[in-house]
Amino acid sequence: MADKVLMKGNEAIAEAAIIAGCRHYFGYPITPQTEVAAYMAKRMPKIGGCFLQAESEIAAINMVYGVASTGHRVMTSSSSPGISLKGEGLSYLAGADLPALVVNVQRGGPGLGGIQPSQSDYFQATKGAAHGDFHMLVLAPSSVQEMADLTVKGFELADKYRMTSMILADGTMGQMMEPVSLDYKIAPPPEKPWATTGTKLEREHNIVNSLFLVPEKLEEENFKRYEKYKYIEDNETMYEEYMMDDAEICLVAFGIAARVAKNAISEARKAGIKAGLIRPITLWPFPKAVIKAASQKVKAIISVELSMGQMIEDVCLASEGRVPVTLCNRAGGMIPSPKQVLQAIIDANNGGVK
Amino acid sequence: MSTTQFLFAGFGGQGILFSGKFLAYKGLTEDKQVSWLPSYGPEMRGGTASCSVIISDTPVGSPIVSNPDVLVAMNLPSLDRYEDAVVPGGTIYVDSTLIERKVRRTDVTVHYIPATRLANDNNMDTLANMIMVGKLLSEMNEFNEEGINAALSKVISARHADMLEFNLKALKIGSEN
Repeated sequence: MADKVLMKGNEAIAEAAIIAGCRHYFGYPITPQTEVAAYMAKRMPKIGGCFLQAESEIAAINMVYGVASTGHRVMTSSSSPGISLKGEGLSYLAGADLPALVVNVQRGGPGLGGIQPSQSDYFQATKGAAHGDFHMLVLAPSSVQEMADLTVKGFELADKYRMTSMILADGTMGQMMEPVSLDYKIAPPPEKPWATTGTKLEREHNIVNSLFLVPEKLEEENFKRYEKYKYIEDNETMYEEYMMDDAEICLVAFGIAARVAKNAISEARKAGIKAGLIRPITLWPFPKAVIKAASQKVKAIISVELSMGQMIEDVCLASEGRVPVTLCNRAGGMIPSPKQVLQAIIDANNGGVK
Repeated sequence: MSTTQFLFAGFGGQGILFSGKFLAYKGLTEDKQVSWLPSYGPEMRGGTASCSVIISDTPVGSPIVSNPDVLVAMNLPSLDRYEDAVVPGGTIYVDSTLIERKVRRTDVTVHYIPATRLANDNNMDTLANMIMVGKLLSEMNEFNEEGINAALSKVISARHADMLEFNLKALKIGSEN
């Protein structure tokens, strides 16, 4: 195993992307993800790659579209307001079935908001990145190691399914340093016979396009895409279960919130309350089945979020009303404390009575 | 099984983030679980800088240190802001050159180190932070040169290898004070 080094989450994403074979990065600086761009600016020229600071986020995502069309691994990164600007491009990538990696190191919103950590782009990432019927694969790292691991995984899934993978991180994940091991065996990317690589007069033109003016044809494209989504939901869902074996109170949390939740669970267990955690690693596809199963045996579920309550809607859908689902949250760049989460566990254990 | 939560705080330019990173690397070279989280944003430029470091025998949960076991305060605003957050029985290291007042808490251990003056006296103006860390390591019985050298070689790039000796000297000055 390779030596462990301390890296910032943002740097770990950048280095893992390079290891995964990404040689094209386009972006525009924004706190708290700027280290991704800074790292790429330093490294890409040394390895024959391309770092380009675009004139805007919109330009950057369209450069991603261009490189993705040629079949090369490509990425962009930003933080919340910048991701909103990329929305149109994300829809076009989906409509043209192009693989790409997009990183969102979230900050508080709405609007220009603030620069402190947040998870309030959950809806945007999992349900409504832009117009039209489409999904992205949404991966939610909860450690610096996972920032790297899920970047590699994100490229692999993107190529496998010809989709955009989004890393949905937050300011804490981007800024913190933890030990990382970047010891990957990278499989060669799959053949991309659809890529626009030049016909050399030996084949028909490949056309990358998201415009289908005949509604019957466009509907067919949508139906095909949703068959693929169904397959992904059945095969690519990832989650971690933590102390769920005997749990009576089930927390659901991802990213930094999951780490705070783990602290609170240790405290709750010391106080004799059997709490556990389901940590979605893929937010789309959402781990519905494991939450449904949990709802058949626990007393209550708590959704812990750095937002006004977004993932809780998916938790409610998955648990089908069997048990009470409550929200434990902070917003706008604030992070719930372990104490706050512990109190939510105690309240839930008392049947919601404070 | 033990977990120690550190909070380093001072103003931008004092090497607050660097000293935290050094300590985290020292933990890493000794096979501990570690995390390092800086304050980021406009406050870094001229205002207060702080960083949370956790060193543990078990996986680190939240990397955010709200109630430190150990506070290293390198200016008055930092002591004012974080003194009450230290856990009862915790330890506060104060740069007594820059902080004239005494710690008001009576349920914590306090070490006053004139780190900035010691740094100036030894022609190492920028290394008051490492003098503080030297004291901290010696008080925690963690001052072993092997671990220190291993960590220093990780946080100081080869290009600045000449700084390694200076940092080691600063740590020693701190430990002997």
